Amino acid sequence: MKTIWILAEARNGRILPVAEELAGAARQLASTVEAVGWGGAEAVDFATLGTYDVSRVFRVGDLGDSLVGPRVAAAVGEMLESHPKPDAILVGATYDGRDVAARLSAKIDVPVLTNVIDLNEIDDALVSTHAVFGGTVNATARFTGSGPGIFVVRPKSFERGDTGGAAAEVVDIVAADPGPSDGARVVSRHVLTQDGPSLDSAEVVVAGGRGLGSKENYRLIEELAHLVHGAPGASRAIVDAGWVPYSHQVGQTGKTVKPEVYLAFGISGATQHLVGMKDAKHIIAVDRDPSAPIFRVADLGVVGDLAQVLPKLIEALRARGSHESTN
Amino acid sequence: MNVAVCVKQIPSAETPLAFDPTSKTLVRTGPLVLDESDSFSVEMALRLVEQSGGGDVTLISVVPDGETQGLRTALAMGAARAVLVSDPLLSGLDALGTAKVLAAMVRRLDADLVLAGTESSDGYTGTVPVQMAELLNYPAVSFVRHVEISGDHLVTERQTEEGFEEVTCPLPAVVSVTAGVVEVRYPSFKGIMAAKSKPVEVLTVADLGLEADSLGIAGARQEVIALEQAELRPSGEIITDSGDAFETIVERLVSWNIISEHQ
Ligand SMILES: Cc1cc2nc3c(=O)[nH]c(=O)nc-3n(C[C@H](O)[C@H](O)[C@H](O)COP(=O)(O)OP(=O)(O)OC[C@H]3O[C@@H](n4cnc5c(N)ncnc54)[C@H](O)[C@@H]3O)c2cc1C
Ligand SMILES: Nc1ncnc2c1ncn2[C@@H]1O[C@H](COP(=O)(O)O)[C@@H](O)[C@H]1O
Repeated sequence: MKTIWILAEARNGRILPVAEELAGAARQLASTVEAVGWGGAEAVDFATLGTYDVSRVFRVGDLGDSLVGPRVAAAVGEMLESHPKPDAILVGATYDGRDVAARLSAKIDVPVLTNVIDLNEIDDALVSTHAVFGGTVNATARFTGSGPGIFVVRPKSFERGDTGGAAAEVVDIVAADPGPSDGARVVSRHVLTQDGPSLDSAEVVVAGGRGLGSKENYRLIEELAHLVHGAPGASRAIVDAGWVPYSHQVGQTGKTVKPEVYLAFGISGATQHLVGMKDAKHIIAVDRDPSAPIFRVADLGVVGDLAQVLPKLIEALRARGSHESTN
Repeated sequence: MNVAVCVKQIPSAETPLAFDPTSKTLVRTGPLVLDESDSFSVEMALRLVEQSGGGDVTLISVVPDGETQGLRTALAMGAARAVLVSDPLLSGLDALGTAKVLAAMVRRLDADLVLAGTESSDGYTGTVPVQMAELLNYPAVSFVRHVEISGDHLVTERQTEEGFEEVTCPLPAVVSVTAGVVEVRYPSFKGIMAAKSKPVEVLTVADLGLEADSLGIAGARQEVIALEQAELRPSGEIITDSGDAFETIVERLVSWNIISEHQ
């Protein structure tokens, strides 16, 4: 029977959904699921991971102003020496998760498989699935060497599947100082807040791309998002152009979203954008180029000028909204 | 300040991506070009060297087949020299193996700072820079959108899921730079001419004192088992706007219960 360790990342006192998804995945594949978390005892209640059948959580403690990567990788590296080795280590594809996976990989000399969207067991080995070519092809891969394989899993790839299991045992672990690799210091953290639902969890995402033509036109995206109680998103092209902050980016390097409806305006549908949104329940795309790849994933594709469609759509929804509220 | 920049040379965007059916690894044939993801760190390196008032930029790259075209582009931008590890032994090298070769190259240089991209355009594992930092026992700041030198350390802005954090970092260090964060200069005609005579040192794995075994090539440690067509979404309805497409969108939003039915 297999043992899997998962990385339990938390933010603002809450365990991230991706960590719960990892637990959900691990439970299908292993008889023992254990987690590694960090943060002070009062900061995060790791025992709640028991509801996802995690039996034990190793808590590295408060990292102070250290970056996560070096400290947590050092702790996991030490644990691998003092505990029975797990068959695999699952890490969420977050910024800090990737740092931990990369440092740990080098430390224990085991390669990493990244961009994992599914995991299965075949002939007693864990096999990962990776979406390539914009999600048109699935590649499956596995580790052939020794040592626990490190899989970096994209958010929203697995169901959390709460089982209501008993509270997990939380064990404090003390790891040696990683030395020079831990030299960087976090001086301040800046949260760019926005009104309305967050991009990660919104039921509706309204996203704009280069076809908007100018930064000013992004206001139309925000307005439409507001009218449908959704979150505004963006392609990388307009994030790179400085029209919107990076936290709006959907795709390979940005967020993975899985809303009920994804509306794309002036987004061509590059491979790296599609991997971040193709699993939306419904997709509507507006683009003036009939051959834009985004139309291949759209339930409703509108070939047309967004400068015409978007204002009319906003007007129609506004009219309905005002009508509804006077009812 | 001396800066080393990791640059990957990849098939140009015109070359369709394909997998070799037997090895199931990405086919890398045809000319290789500078990965756009790395042009941002080249630009940032040139600016940091200018800002520090001395030193220069050395490019480091790993390829199986001796390709230098991508390096010439970065040399034309203003890098002083390039070091290339080229060895047929390196085909099929994984990210950790690449990081080992790059770390060995950094050890031979006198670099205060190593810059890299956050993700390559063709492999996008996004792990090479931090793996390299761990092998060198250096601090690393990943996903960086801004870097400044302040005395003997760096002041950086690192992107996070919800915004950014300010991170200071002593040198030597590895910094991975996010795409799009600086405007990349076009090589000037003079730069292109000068690049032709800039030194490109070509090394083998053995020159670095590494053994193929230690890189995980002899008996790769991970393998692609199968490639399958993914389940495609059923094709949807495509309409051409003639002034009233917005109404169809509203209808769909109603039928999916996103907005209520009554007007
Ligand atoms: C390693 C790597 C990671 C990446 N990660 C991401 C990522 O996370 N997210 C992401 O989005 N991209 C990512 N990219 C970039 C991606 O490859 C594309 O460059 C990007 O998605 C293009 O953005 P776009 O669709 O807005 O722009 P374009 O591709 O330029 O498309 C603009 C579209 O607007 C249409 N248009 C123009 N004017 C109008 C109009 N008036 N009305 C209607 N339509 C109009 C055009 O027909 C076109 O289809 C990544 C790339 C790399 C190499
Ligand atoms: N073969 C290579 N040669 C030089 N640098 C590389 C190579 N592979 C990856 N890198 C560096 O590591 C970054 C991230 O690559 P990757 O981990 O493949 O996504 C790239 O942007 C490069 O800066």
